Amino acid sequence: MIREILWWIFAAEAVLGALGMVLSRNPVGSLLSLVVTFFGLAAIYVLLGAFFISAIQVIVYAGAIMVLFLFVIMLLNLGHDYHADLRRGVWLVLGGLASGLIGFVLYRAVRTPSLELPSGLTSPLDELVQRQGAVGVIAAPLFRDFSVAFEVTSVLLLVAAIGAVVLAKRRV
Amino acid sequence: MLTLSLVLAAILFAIGVLGVVIRRNAIILFMCVELMLNAANLAFIALSRAVGIEGQVFVFFVISVAAAEAAVGLAIIISIFRHIETVDIKNFNLLRW
Repeated sequence: MIREILWWIFAAEAVLGALGMVLSRNPVGSLLSLVVTFFGLAAIYVLLGAFFISAIQVIVYAGAIMVLFLFVIMLLNLGHDYHADLRRGVWLVLGGLASGLIGFVLYRAVRTPSLELPSGLTSPLDELVQRQGAVGVIAAPLFRDFSVAFEVTSVLLLVAAIGAVVLAKRRV
Repeated sequence: MLTLSLVLAAILFAIGVLGVVIRRNAIILFMCVELMLNAANLAFIALSRAVGIEGQVFVFFVISVAAAEAAVGLAIIISIFRHIETVDIKNFNLLRW
């Protein structure tokens, strides 16, 4: 019962943060709203039993990636850029139609009765977490079944770091 | 709670699409893409309760790809800003016809 109430509180926080991000004029306000959304999502991950991913969400997303965005906003001096950049008229209608359609299709896909889901309050995952710990439950499949993908990810991050330096540097 | 989480993921994804269509600031466009990635992550985690732990492993990879994408994308925005002194995408018309 308490979990459901907390779920609703954090879901409302996430949705309000997302709307604040889309509608805020100031890029810094937009970014801080997105951080609020990420914290709400991290809390929902805890309620869903994904403790390690929740920690990663706070550290990597709300910490590292958002600081990178904030750093770029400060670097380009956009923090006092208050003029509204919302598109008007036909774009607003198009955006509402596109997001409404996608949201409706996803909603229908979720609500379809062929998808038999448990209530989510009890799951075999919880027992696994009790036995192996929150990190071990991720680490075992990550390093056993997905070790090649893990190594390729390290190459991807190296390529991204080199690419970012090459793109942002004035003269290589 | 599981189905509701999937519905929440759909709502967040739709808000992200709305932001990509109606905003013109390139950095906020990027933030909307991050929001859509997070909606997908939420769907993965909700379904991992029903299907298995692999969903959470996949979220791990999605987060690392998102970090790489943010680094490269922001570097591209910085190098564009150096040429045309703005991040408003209505001025990005080099590849537009």
